[in-house]
Amino acid sequence: MQVIQGKSIFGGIAIGPIIFFTKEQNQVKRSKIEDTAGEIARYEAAIVTAQEQLGKLYEKALKEVGESGAQIFEVHQMMLEDDDYNDSVKNIIETQMVNAEYAVATTGDNFAEIFAAMEDEYFQARAVDMKDISERVINVLMGVGEVSGWEEPSIIVAEDLAPSETVQFDKSKLLGFVTRLGSSNSHTAILARTMNIPALIQIDIKEEWNGKMGIIDGFSGEFYIDPEPEVLEKYQEKKAEQEEHRRLLAEQKGKPTVTKSGKEIKLFANIGSVSDLPAAMGNDAGGIGLFRSEFLYLESGDYPTEDDQFKAYKMVAETMAGKKVIIRTLDIGADKQVDYFNLDKEENPAMGLRAIRICLTRPEIFKTQLRAILRASAFGNIAVMYPMIISVDEVRKIKEIMAEVKAELDAAGIQYGEVEQGIMIETPASVIISDLLAQEVDFFSIGTNDLTQYTLAIDRQNAKLDEFYNPHHEAVLRMIEMVVDNAHKAGIWAGICGELGADTGLTDRFMAMGVDELSVSPTFIYPVRQIIREYEGPTK
Amino acid sequence: MAKFNYVITDEVGLHARPAGLLAKQAKATGAKITLNCNGKSADASKLMAVMGMGVKKGMEVEVTVEGDNADAVAAEMETFFKENL
Repeated sequence: MQVIQGKSIFGGIAIGPIIFFTKEQNQVKRSKIEDTAGEIARYEAAIVTAQEQLGKLYEKALKEVGESGAQIFEVHQMMLEDDDYNDSVKNIIETQMVNAEYAVATTGDNFAEIFAAMEDEYFQARAVDMKDISERVINVLMGVGEVSGWEEPSIIVAEDLAPSETVQFDKSKLLGFVTRLGSSNSHTAILARTMNIPALIQIDIKEEWNGKMGIIDGFSGEFYIDPEPEVLEKYQEKKAEQEEHRRLLAEQKGKPTVTKSGKEIKLFANIGSVSDLPAAMGNDAGGIGLFRSEFLYLESGDYPTEDDQFKAYKMVAETMAGKKVIIRTLDIGADKQVDYFNLDKEENPAMGLRAIRICLTRPEIFKTQLRAILRASAFGNIAVMYPMIISVDEVRKIKEIMAEVKAELDAAGIQYGEVEQGIMIETPASVIISDLLAQEVDFFSIGTNDLTQYTLAIDRQNAKLDEFYNPHHEAVLRMIEMVVDNAHKAGIWAGICGELGADTGLTDRFMAMGVDELSVSPTFIYPVRQIIREYEGPTK
Repeated sequence: MAKFNYVITDEVGLHARPAGLLAKQAKATGAKITLNCNGKSADASKLMAVMGMGVKKGMEVEVTVEGDNADAVAAEMETFFKENL
C-alpha cells in the first residue's frame, strides 16, 4: 500500500480502479512548407472544426453541469476567434514557412507563457486554457480523435486535465481524479466541484498505478494505492456514511429545527476558523454557536493585532448575515500552547493557567480581543462567551473590563452593536453555582468535553483510561439538566457546544431537559435536525 | 472621439468571459475602441490583449472610442460595462 499526500480540491471519498490517463502524445514536428497559402487554409478549416467541437461540448456541459460550468467552452470559442492568436499562427506559417501544427503549438506556448507570468492567480490559471485550445486545433490538424471511454467506473490519474477533457469523461464512469498539476482555481477544479466528484491535485503520479485499486480521501487530501484490506473497509464505511449524509442533507435542507411539540431549537455550527464557514453555511447552520478564536493566535507568530482579529470576526458576522455568531474568547493553555505567550511548563496544564485565567491576568491581551469583537459587532449579530469560568467574581471582573472597552470605543466615536455576553459551563464549580451565574449573563453554553473530564477526573488524552470513561455518565447528564433548569429560572437560554451536543443518542434526552441550543460540527447538523424534528415528548 | 471611465466591480476582474463578450461587441461596432488601465492599453476587440492587461476588481478603466458615431458607441459600451463588469 502507498499513501500520498496531495491537495484536495473537492471533498468526498472515491474508491475504484485507477486508470492512468495519458493523452495521445502528439509530437508536433516542425516541417518546411512551400505552399504557405494552402497551409493557412488548412489552419482556417481546422479552426472551423474546433469551433464546432467546442459548440458540442458547450451543449453537453450545459446539460450535465449547467451554465456556469459550460461557459468555459464558450470562452474557448471566443479565444479561438481572437485576432492576435490567429495572426500569430498565420504569421509564423508565412514567415518561417512551417506547418500549421508547429505554428499553433508555438503560438499556444507563447500565449500560455504570457498568462503564466501574470501576477493574479486567476489570469495565471488561463495559461491552461491557451494550451487546451491549441491542443484542440493541433488534434484536428493531425486527425486525432477525442478522448475515448472506458468500461468500469474508475479513478482517473493524469498529469493534468484540461476542462474539455474533464467534461468529455462519461460522468457515470468517473469516480474522481488525481493530477500532478492543476490549481484550486482552475476550471477543472471548478468543474470537479460542480460535478461533485472528489479530486486531488499536486500528487506525484506514477504510470505503474494503472489498473490498481485506489482510494481518494477528499477530506484529508490523501491518495491510497493498493490499500490494505482494513483501510479499504474503513473507507467503504466512510463512503457509506457520506452517502447517508448526502441523503439526509437532501431531506433536511431548509427545514426548521422544531420539535413536534412546537419548540424551536437553535441548531448552530461550531467553527474553528473562517475557512469552516462554507461548511457551516452549506449545512444550513442557524448560526455559529462556537467560533473558536484560538486559530488567530495559533496560526500567528506573535499576538494577532486588533485589526487582524476584527477582519476575521467581521467576515464571519457578515457572511452569517444577521444570524447569531458566538465568539469564544481566547482559550489557549492546556493542550493548546502558543510560544509567544511564554507560559511556564506546568505539571497539570488542564488545571493550570489557561483560557479566561490568562485573560484576567493579562488584561491587555483580553482587551485587544474584546475591542475587535465589539467593532465587528457593528456588522452583524455577534455574541461573546467566556471559557473556564468558576466564580461569579470572575464574571463581574470580565464585565468591568468589557465596560472599560466600551467606554474607550465610545470616547473614540467607534460604532458597535448589541453584544450578548455568555459563559461556558465546563467546570463542576460553575454547574453548582449556575443559579448565581445566571443572574450575571445572557446565556450559558455547556462545554461537555472539559466538563466530563473534570467531573469524572479522567484525562481525555490517556487511552488507558478508556475502560473507565463513559461519555454518557449520569453525573454529567444530571449536571446539564441542572444548568438548563437554573438558566430557565433566571430567564436566560442554555445550550451545549461540546461533543455531546452532536451525540444523536442523547438528542431526545436533551430535548426533554429543555436544552435551547445545540452547536455541533457542520456535518452533524442534518442528523441532529432530523431527530429534533421527530421528537414527540415534552420539552421544558 | 468619446471616452468614459469605469471602475470594475466584478469579483474576478475583467476575466475571460466578459472580455470575450466585449471583444465580440467591440468588433460589431466597427469603431476603434481602446482600453487604458494600469499603465497598459489594449484594443477592446482583442480578447487575449484585454485579458493580458490583468484588470482586477476596483481598478479604473478608461475607454476611448474613435470613429463615426463615437458618442453612440461609447454609450453602448458604457452600458455593457455596467451590465457585465
